[in-house]
Amino acid sequence: MSRPEGTRSGRRSLQVKFVPDEEVLKHITDDSGVKVRKDKTQLSVSVKTFVKKLEKITDNEAQEILEEKNYVAALGVCAQEPMGNGSNISGGEVYSFQTPKRSSKMAELASELAQTPEQNANPDHSKCPEKMAESPQSSSKCVSSSNACFFSLLLQSKSKEFVSTTPYRLRKRLAAADPYLDSESEYSASCSEEEDEEDQKEVSTVLSGQKTPAKIKVASTPPPRNSLAKKNKEEKMDSLVEEYFEAHSSSKVLTSDRTLQKLRKRRLNQQTLHDLLQKAPLAYAAEIKDLNQQHESLFSKWMLQLHLGFNIVLYGLGSKRDLLEKFRTSLLQDSVHLVVNGYFPSITVRSILNSITEEVLDHTGTFRSPLDQLEFIIKRFKEDSSLELYVLIHNLDSQMLRGERSQQILAQLSSLPSIYLIASIDHINAPLMWDQAKLSLYNWLWYETTTFSPYVEETSYENSLLVQQSGSLALSSLMHVLHSLTLNARGIFRLLAQHQLEKKDSPSYPGLSFHDFYQQCREAFLVNSDLTLRAQLTEFRDHKLIRTKRGADGVEYLVIPVDDRTLTDFLEKEEEDV
Amino acid sequence: QQIQENLNKQLLDNLVSFLIRSHSEFQEKTTEWTCRMKFREIPTAALVLGVNVTDHDLTFRGVSDALQDNITPYIALLEAKDCPGIKNLMQKLMGQLMNCDVDVDSLEDENCVQVSQNRTRCSMSSLISWYENATKKTDSETPSRKRNSSSRHWQSPPVVVIFKDMESFTTKVLQDFIVISSQHIHELPLVLIFGIATSPMIIHRLLPHSVSSLLCIELFQSLSCKEHLSTIIDKLLLTSQFPFKLGEKVLQVLINIFLYHDFSVQNFIKGFQLCIVEHFYSQPLSVLCCHLVDVKKRINSLSHDQCENIRRLPSFRRYVEKQVSEKQIALLTNDNFLKEETERLLEDLHVYHENYVSVLRCLHVFTSSLPKYPLGKQIRELHCACLENRVWETEEYESFLQLARMLNKTDLVTMLQQCVEILMSSSGKEFDKTVEKLKEFLTQFQNLEAEACQEQDVSVSSQKELQKKTDLYHLQKTLLELKESRRSKKLTKFEMLRFEVVDSIDSLVRQYLVPADARALHEVVYFNAATVLRGHLNAAPRTALHTALNNPHWYLKNKALKCDGGGISNKAPDICIVYKLHLECGRLINLVDWLEAFSTVVMAAEEPNADAASSDQVDDIIHARFIRAVSELELLGFIKPSKQKTDHVARLTWGGC
Repeated sequence: MSRPEGTRSGRRSLQVKFVPDEEVLKHITDDSGVKVRKDKTQLSVSVKTFVKKLEKITDNEAQEILEEKNYVAALGVCAQEPMGNGSNISGGEVYSFQTPKRSSKMAELASELAQTPEQNANPDHSKCPEKMAESPQSSSKCVSSSNACFFSLLLQSKSKEFVSTTPYRLRKRLAAADPYLDSESEYSASCSEEEDEEDQKEVSTVLSGQKTPAKIKVASTPPPRNSLAKKNKEEKMDSLVEEYFEAHSSSKVLTSDRTLQKLRKRRLNQQTLHDLLQKAPLAYAAEIKDLNQQHESLFSKWMLQLHLGFNIVLYGLGSKRDLLEKFRTSLLQDSVHLVVNGYFPSITVRSILNSITEEVLDHTGTFRSPLDQLEFIIKRFKEDSSLELYVLIHNLDSQMLRGERSQQILAQLSSLPSIYLIASIDHINAPLMWDQAKLSLYNWLWYETTTFSPYVEETSYENSLLVQQSGSLALSSLMHVLHSLTLNARGIFRLLAQHQLEKKDSPSYPGLSFHDFYQQCREAFLVNSDLTLRAQLTEFRDHKLIRTKRGADGVEYLVIPVDDRTLTDFLEKEEEDV
Repeated sequence: QQIQENLNKQLLDNLVSFLIRSHSEFQEKTTEWTCRMKFREIPTAALVLGVNVTDHDLTFRGVSDALQDNITPYIALLEAKDCPGIKNLMQKLMGQLMNCDVDVDSLEDENCVQVSQNRTRCSMSSLISWYENATKKTDSETPSRKRNSSSRHWQSPPVVVIFKDMESFTTKVLQDFIVISSQHIHELPLVLIFGIATSPMIIHRLLPHSVSSLLCIELFQSLSCKEHLSTIIDKLLLTSQFPFKLGEKVLQVLINIFLYHDFSVQNFIKGFQLCIVEHFYSQPLSVLCCHLVDVKKRINSLSHDQCENIRRLPSFRRYVEKQVSEKQIALLTNDNFLKEETERLLEDLHVYHENYVSVLRCLHVFTSSLPKYPLGKQIRELHCACLENRVWETEEYESFLQLARMLNKTDLVTMLQQCVEILMSSSGKEFDKTVEKLKEFLTQFQNLEAEACQEQDVSVSSQKELQKKTDLYHLQKTLLELKESRRSKKLTKFEMLRFEVVDSIDSLVRQYLVPADARALHEVVYFNAATVLRGHLNAAPRTALHTALNNPHWYLKNKALKCDGGGISNKAPDICIVYKLHLECGRLINLVDWLEAFSTVVMAAEEPNADAASSDQVDDIIHARFIRAVSELELLGFIKPSKQKTDHVARLTWGGC
């Protein structure tokens, strides 16, 4: 983002001068959050401020890129060939804008992308209709770069009276884009056809809803954090650091309110997910195989280096499990080895040590602490020099093993000359686990083994948000529990569920207060006394069917901790049963 | 591989002996000073070791070994991580002391029982009683046997407790321990040694005055790690005995890691070992990298393939091209001739190294005393500069020459003397002449001194002449003449000589400090794969991840992935697309939006077979792929689930604000 570009776009902005200037001003204040001198109402003056702003921003950006470069340099990126890729990527480039060359493809993609923001946009809310004048011209300017396309689309949609939240900077880009595009009309037409999936009442929702897709989809815009941060700010901060804290101190983050529930798609459970992925072909299998073969050629070297007292750590994108397995099967068949699946959620150092003492050393005794056990192991290995052990650890950086104490123990273990450790790490911050002392104990040799193979095993234990852990399960268990209850109890529960569903749209719904609930239950002849209801509720609570919260006024509120969809399904099922 | 292991061993031995030697001075001091133990205070030694924590282990081991040999059998090494409380500390202390005892007295049964008993009740009193027992035993039972082994031990050897990392002990534990032991100092001659990484002030910061007044502290400064490094470089690289050499870049990498990352001599050694391993593993001709004595044998046993390998070496090819045509043919076709030639070349190389080192040292003598150190203060910098390219073509060398031409006489003479010594001590035969020449210079300088006295007389007389002439006109004239003569003054003899000296040094440099890669067969002994080394020692896992995610083409050589700049093809692996999309988000990411963006991208990529009929199925698969990619990102630590909003994840990295 050099200055020339800024001025160029400034010049461009001169072409847009028939836009009423107060509206331009309004936009600037709205979007970039940069202070604009209000007194400058004259057209030419406003254009001048425009240019000024641009320069300011470009300056800021340049500085930012510079700082990121420094950061990456500080990371110790080396300027050598195998890692040359790394050095080429200065931090700045990670965020900076680059026009993709395969313009047609990307434009196509962008057109696909562009359809999404329209879906949740509500045409009723109008705030800045002034864009109308600008859009045709700007749309005539851009085609080659995808985001330009997209933004012109945004502008089109604005012409359909949208709340404009396009960051000011993006508009600048739009203006700066190459003037190739002939027309944008067909896109807008296609867009307008499908803009009714959901209607959202609140302006803010539209605002944010429109904003996030923009952020997500424009694959080459600068980091939106600036625009975001600026939005919350009154004055422009100079240093990135302050910006950072600014952004993190304000808890308000603008994202759309859409949830997965509203997406009319069933959640997948672990099994179906697995099946589906089995069906999906693995992309670039041949290349991945090549990569793996490349790594496999290093096996004998690894063996040699392990024997010379080094330990080996593998890093890089992709699961290294298969690679290690192959190493194991091809070279370690005849020797004593121990495989540790670090990604397993209940693995502990103790279990590792136990398996060494019990299975490798044939020792059947217990130890008071892992340290004692470690000492014992060290002693045994020192006494018996013929004893050799290969330890393979998948995911040395997993949740359970990344603690300081476990790493210390593992490091001490690996420093034994007759224990050969070969491990893999995946987490980006994994190297932070080790301080100087541990590093020297580990005596690592780093090997980059990027495999690109999916982390099948490793992620299967993660509690992903998207994988339905409990959805169908919850429903069936709900039914199951309720079937074993009395009719009255089921009635009570249904009452609560209905009430909760009625109130599902109010976000501040605290739950049904006990007193109200009691009243309702009495009216439905479900309970006859306060106590019976309480007893019933206790039973529910024991089965985790309900949760009680105490409100600010000390009143007890009852909530069913199940999402609305499941609850609806449940009620439907209940209706059928009845 | 055999050789490798030998070399490794040699290396380690070198290191250990070096470390022990460097610390022998401490031990001597400690011995002296333990003699005059005071009774009220606990004698304490504070070793300031510097920040290279990883090396301390070796140092301490060396110290305790030396102590054990010379002073006392009772030594306990304590580390902070073993001693969270005073109880653990005492336990550990007892255990270690008892073990020492076992070693010395070899009364295993009795002591083992003792140990197990003491497990539960470790106190100072039990320690004291044990100590009395032990000393009595050594005195009474086995005086004859002990005489040989511990004749140097005192009658009542002190108990030495070494705190390896003083800073990380909790203050409470230390205080308690010191207070308790100071009460028992009469019965138990205790000596403490603190290992300190930062500065001696830390003792006073950790311990209140009341406690520190119980200690009688003497401070020992260990050598700085840089000095260790230069000793090691001196010993390993700048000798002709050690056949393996490091290339310029490799050395630079190792030194950089040392200076900018850890200051750890151990790591430097590790890197050096790795170089050796890599060299012998990757270079098939490294068999020839051995002592000169074995070369002949090995060359004779070379197979035809290996000969071919030699012929393929670029440096050898260059060499062949320079030869006359018959010889070229012979070299390229006749194995035996090749072998002879190789042997000759290797010998040449060896001689070159010998000369190189001594001339390098000479040059270092000159450069290290010049102002601003144009060629570096340390010999390693000079070494790097010489390895990199022809040193006499660099600007720094020019400025060195200029500065050298301005040296005064005394400096020059001492330097010359040093050079003569170095060259005399080196084994090269070619230096006889140069030594003679330098000596000649020296004698000339001495002669000069005599002449200089005379010259002074002359100048004095001219001054007198000047005074005689009182005539204004004449005065003016003579002054002008004087000025003139001063300007165009011929160089004095000293200056002439100085130029000659510098020129001779210059010619030496030009003759002997040729960079190694100009020599034939340098690949055999030089290791140059700096990138490999750096990859293994100073890896950048984050960069690798970043590259893999941003530019999958780098790894997967598929044309479809090829694209320029920061963009990413929509055919990239799922995780790359998901990553790229997530980069555009703020602190929180809405999963639905993310999923939609992902599916549009993927649909665009797969558009040919995206029929309406199978769209539902496709959708599911895309959904599943998205889930997989997201959970992979989670595993990699880019995102984490967030409770702030439903169905949102939080970004964790790189400007996620």
